[in-house]
Amino acid sequence: MKPFAYHRAQSLRDIPDGATIIAGGTNLLDLMKHEIATPNTLVDISHLDLNRIEPEADGLRIGALVRNSDLAADPVIRRDYPVLSRALLAGASGQLRNMATTGGNLMQRTRCPYFYDLRTQCNKRAPGTGCAAMGGVIRNHAIFGASPDCVATYPGDMAVALSALGAEVEIAGPDPRRVPVADFHLLPGNTPHVETRLRPGEIITAVILPAPVTGEQRYRKVRDRASFAFALVSVAAVITMVDGRITRAALACGGVAAKPWRDPECEAALVGREPSDALFEQAASLMLRSASSQEGNAFKIPLLRRTLIATLRDATGLEPAP
Amino acid sequence: MTNVTMTVNGKSVSAPAEGRTLLVEYLRTGLGLTGTHVGCDTSQCGACVVHVDGRAVKSCTVFAMDVEGSDVRTIEGMANADGSLGVVQQAFQDHHGLQCGFCTPGMVMTTAALLAENPRPSEAEVRHGLEGNICRCTGYHNIVKAVLAASGQDADAIAAQ
Repeated sequence: MKPFAYHRAQSLRDIPDGATIIAGGTNLLDLMKHEIATPNTLVDISHLDLNRIEPEADGLRIGALVRNSDLAADPVIRRDYPVLSRALLAGASGQLRNMATTGGNLMQRTRCPYFYDLRTQCNKRAPGTGCAAMGGVIRNHAIFGASPDCVATYPGDMAVALSALGAEVEIAGPDPRRVPVADFHLLPGNTPHVETRLRPGEIITAVILPAPVTGEQRYRKVRDRASFAFALVSVAAVITMVDGRITRAALACGGVAAKPWRDPECEAALVGREPSDALFEQAASLMLRSASSQEGNAFKIPLLRRTLIATLRDATGLEPAP
Repeated sequence: MTNVTMTVNGKSVSAPAEGRTLLVEYLRTGLGLTGTHVGCDTSQCGACVVHVDGRAVKSCTVFAMDVEGSDVRTIEGMANADGSLGVVQQAFQDHHGLQCGFCTPGMVMTTAALLAENPRPSEAEVRHGLEGNICRCTGYHNIVKAVLAASGQDADAIAAQ
């Protein structure tokens, strides 16, 4: 690892221009060991007072430094936003969840193997050099929203649940604002190194959850082994039913794009309908109409179809959970 | 290099560190506490697990400066005051929860943190709790038995179910 100047921030204003911010460090330390990230100055914000979960309007304000393990175990989260707790516990391992933070989890980088391999071309790591994943081993790559310049995915679980819940990211800086989690990550286009709406000099201070939604929440994650692996595909579902009909449906898919993937037409097709296999097949076809793959990740299209249908069957009571 | 101070196994300690010095390097090289092992150096294997302020973390993925002033516990702090093995350590020995022993310090530290949070875990909870610790010898079965036994449960009866 290259040497750097370490600075422990005393406040949000105590962050020098151009410095790299570290909180839990669970992803950044790996990037620094690989020398993908080579900061000159590292500013440690982990001791700032941004680690509370508190009521906000009808929902919750989750401080950017709330640890993944604390968020997953919070009684209000478990009761009112169980899909978030499930998604967090499906990711990483206990020791990493003890370090990883809410803001940092949103900022984690892709696990595309070419991004980590300094000997290969990567437009995300070294803009303009090309994409070695094209025609390479792309088992874990995107089926939605990829570009000729990048097929990497956003790897996290937490943001998939937050997207389905309609959460927002609170950003501090010269232009303080809130951005929906669903819009926070950017598709690669021809600038895959620009991954989020966070601009230089800005920092995430919180995630805001809206009022809880009545109904069923599910997170289903499919991976190569039963623990400590990133999603091949995952589905977060928040489904409300009244008198046997679906009245509200939010579906976000993980492991399939550079952002948690939502499709408003797919969700709208479920509303007003009674659950049935035919309906869920139709919804899955709508979701997958914009999917594209190469040989290595073609399996993700039928895998996402089956995962989506299984999650919907489970959430609507068409089939009990396995 | 600056001196970084923290509490390790109940004693206030100080050793030089750079910004890039990992907690595990600080413990092993700075303090000579080589019971904490480095396996993968990429936060996957769990051989380096220690407690920071009561929580299990992977010390290969924490900078020493980040935990300056914290209360750290390592495998060297797990024995009883008279030098005999602590409850978790004794259970690993009794149930053959180790073979080569390389992963054992991390397994013991993870187990102690797991039991502090959940004193009577189910077998499924033990397996989930150990997902960040890799063992290439035992096949995990005896480790799970050791953790259940350390919690005061009848590990053999649970395993027989």
